[in-house]
Amino acid sequence: MYRRYRIPTLWHEMDHLQNEMNRLFETYYPNRLRAAPAYPALNVWANDDGLNVTAEVPGVQPQDIDINVVGDTLTLSGMRQPDELVNESSRCHRRERGYGDFTRSLQLPYPVDVEKVEATFHNGVLMIAMPRAEEDKPRKIVVKSA
Amino acid sequence: MTEKTMELEKQEVTATAEDTERTRECRCFIPRADIYELEDQIVIVADVPGVDEKAIDITLEKNILTINALIEPVIPQGYALRFAEYEVGDYQRSFRLSNEIDRENIQASVKDGVLRLYLPKAQEALARKISVKAG
Repeated sequence: MYRRYRIPTLWHEMDHLQNEMNRLFETYYPNRLRAAPAYPALNVWANDDGLNVTAEVPGVQPQDIDINVVGDTLTLSGMRQPDELVNESSRCHRRERGYGDFTRSLQLPYPVDVEKVEATFHNGVLMIAMPRAEEDKPRKIVVKSA
Repeated sequence: MTEKTMELEKQEVTATAEDTERTRECRCFIPRADIYELEDQIVIVADVPGVDEKAIDITLEKNILTINALIEPVIPQGYALRFAEYEVGDYQRSFRLSNEIDRENIQASVKDGVLRLYLPKAQEALARKISVKAG
């Protein structure tokens, strides 16, 4: 996922091309083995200034979701309540949706500013916006002529 | 009893030869649904994250109830997708109803990405208690 060692720049383009080809073929031959190992499935959008993590958590109340950010680790945990219709007098014909506790940790590519993390929940989609930590932003160094 | 296993892969609608084609470019998934039966109605609860009430189309034709939910993908501006575990797409599912459902009074509501369909049972199908008289 996120590499911690340096790869030669020559391979960046090849890597990029490889990822693009993988994505292209995913549309036609989805690789089921690469399914997310935990709930909820996350999508990570990134640029140099911050990250945006989205998760589909329908039916989970916002107060049941705990978001913890420590340095460069995001931990998302919560509970999906069983449906309120489930009681003694109701009969269940089909159950495809799961419920219960969930916890998921994600290692971010760079540390983020914990104070400025914002999370929004809309129509069952959770979006967590995390701006990059100030100390981590690349600084432009001016070369002075001696 | 809590069930801890949650299936993650979204099941996609596979097009068969006789089907009509879709004109939208995104993929179409089958939303997961629970079906509960209460005393006087049948409730279908389906997971449709990312959809609000304006974008859901529920039609009843002959005996088939079809749920069609179109989504507006929310793409954060200026960001590149680095890591994707799920894909965003439309939702479609059909159910066949029996005569026991009162067609006129079907209701639907959406909250937090969960669609609930209330299908009231027709009068004839309600269980009637029969009292036993002596003699």
